[in-house]
Amino acid sequence: MAKGVLVDLTKCIGCGSCTVACKLWNDKKFSVEEPTVGPAAIAKLTANNWTVVQHNEIKKDNETVWRFAKKQCLHCQDPACASACFAKALQKTKEGPVIYYPHLCVGCRYCMIACPFNVPKYEWDKAFPLVSKCQMCSTKVDKGEAPACVSVCPAGVFQFGEREKLLQEAKSIIAKDINYVKDIYGEQQAGGTSWLYISDVPFEQLGFRTDLGTVPLSTYSHNFLKYTPVVAVSWGIILTGLYHYTKRRNTISEENKNVKL
Amino acid sequence: MAAQGWSFRMTPIRKLLILLATICVGVCIFRLATGLGLVTNLNDEWPWGLWIGFDVLTGVALAGGGYFTAIVVHVLHRHQYHIIARSAMLTSLLGYLLVMAGLFLDIGQWFNFWRPFVSWGHTSVLFEVFWCVSCYTTVQVLEFGEIFTERVGKKWHTIFKNAMPVLMIVGIIFPTLHQSSLGGLYLIAVDKLYPLWWSTLIPYFFLISSFFVGPAMICVESTLAGNAYKHKVPVEVLRGLAKIGGWFMVLYLALKLFDLSNRNVWDLVFAGNLESTMFLIELLFGVIIPILIVFSGMSKSRSGLFIYGLLVSGGVILNRMNVVFTGMSGKTGGSYFPSIWEWSVSIGLVAIGVLVYCFVVENFRILEHEEHHA
Repeated sequence: MAKGVLVDLTKCIGCGSCTVACKLWNDKKFSVEEPTVGPAAIAKLTANNWTVVQHNEIKKDNETVWRFAKKQCLHCQDPACASACFAKALQKTKEGPVIYYPHLCVGCRYCMIACPFNVPKYEWDKAFPLVSKCQMCSTKVDKGEAPACVSVCPAGVFQFGEREKLLQEAKSIIAKDINYVKDIYGEQQAGGTSWLYISDVPFEQLGFRTDLGTVPLSTYSHNFLKYTPVVAVSWGIILTGLYHYTKRRNTISEENKNVKL
Repeated sequence: MAAQGWSFRMTPIRKLLILLATICVGVCIFRLATGLGLVTNLNDEWPWGLWIGFDVLTGVALAGGGYFTAIVVHVLHRHQYHIIARSAMLTSLLGYLLVMAGLFLDIGQWFNFWRPFVSWGHTSVLFEVFWCVSCYTTVQVLEFGEIFTERVGKKWHTIFKNAMPVLMIVGIIFPTLHQSSLGGLYLIAVDKLYPLWWSTLIPYFFLISSFFVGPAMICVESTLAGNAYKHKVPVEVLRGLAKIGGWFMVLYLALKLFDLSNRNVWDLVFAGNLESTMFLIELLFGVIIPILIVFSGMSKSRSGLFIYGLLVSGGVILNRMNVVFTGMSGKTGGSYFPSIWEWSVSIGLVAIGVLVYCFVVENFRILEHEEHHA
């Protein structure tokens, strides 16, 4: 069964421990220019930041409150990036993570165009740049362990487990507690994601895109590509037919002219 | 002809083109050695820029004259248009070679360009584009073999000549598939591309526009080449081609209007924002006015046809640019404007194309050939 992570944003204190654990486990460099914690305008996903914690100042019930949103790859159930990769450099594993295989990558960056969450980033400063994104610590997940970021959280924000069970858990939490928004982010967005979020403030105020459909984006490509073989073959037959028909017609009209002369 | 040596006339304009081409080659080598960050202004918000937008998407569309000609002249046997066949197909071949060069420069792991030939990401629209563009470029090189062997390696000429009908038909199927799939690339950007351009019909818009830009490019090209080489294509020939294109522009316009109604986005057309303005310019100057020119007396003159050609080509360029830039800007943070190096590469590649065109025209039978092969 595919694993997932349930993120309860009401519990996040914005400490950024998860971002440190991510860098240590994945051997990503720290840089002052690329902070992993702070307002959304500063703390951004980059080739070196596979996860960030964004601070949001929000008006709630006539008072200003702080809410913190951890961002990383959501590991879609039916990932647009993987469907868009023409060299299979991005693949969804049955355990849940969407993994990048650098040796297959051509560097076309179509995955960046395809991802509705703008997660894949690029190593713009490298001579031979690669795509870079959260791998959900797939080697840990394979062994049944939680991703590095999840395992270090001091505030109990995350639950790691089977996605389907987490979804039920999330539903029961938001059903019981009236403070929660009656929506689970990741349940349906772009066909659903392995990471699920619950929150007590609307998701769009935390920088989540809420205007996405529920259809996996690969559907749009598939509905176009599925006609390719039929079009290729029938177009070839039509063209061959026209070729011989018009050639013969020209020959006949030439002959008719000659007869009249 | 074989007795003559190879010739290449030198003129001040050609010296300028050689300078631009040299700069381009220099920047290309620098880029391949250092990556994309130093040379381009691309960033995480704008992973695709001028090279993909102009050199690839626009380049392929403008090279649509090749398969347009192949259909009209070689499959439908409209021999009155034979006079432009070779030059149109040469332009197309050069266009595709430049597209390949532009793509090669744009991919980060350029030494890995062959990977999709063995690692089949068949769920990707780009996979279809990659295969079809590669195959079609190969087919076009083989098609050029018929012209090439008139002068070099003459003993092979019969083989190429006999292979032409098959090459022509295969050389129409591939562009039909990839011209549409270039638009199909953006199907997956449903949540990013502005609804004036995003549509499930975008593959068909790309396909039809690449077809009707064919005669427009032929009008532009034959005017320019006609002046340079004192070789005038009869106005009636150009007008006939332009009219074929005109009917496809009417089809395109009708499909556009249907699509806007069907998706209920007419309010966006007249919203008065950047997107609506660019969309209206594209449709008015790139489609509606050229249709009026083609089906009126204005297309009886060379200058009328030249203006028609420029408007349609410009409209298709603007359409592709709108898809890549204007339409994506709304959902994209950050900013992008091509660096001077990106411009110099795009301009330099065009310069290389013009120089090679001139060389081929001056050394092979392109503009003047009467022989009608099957």
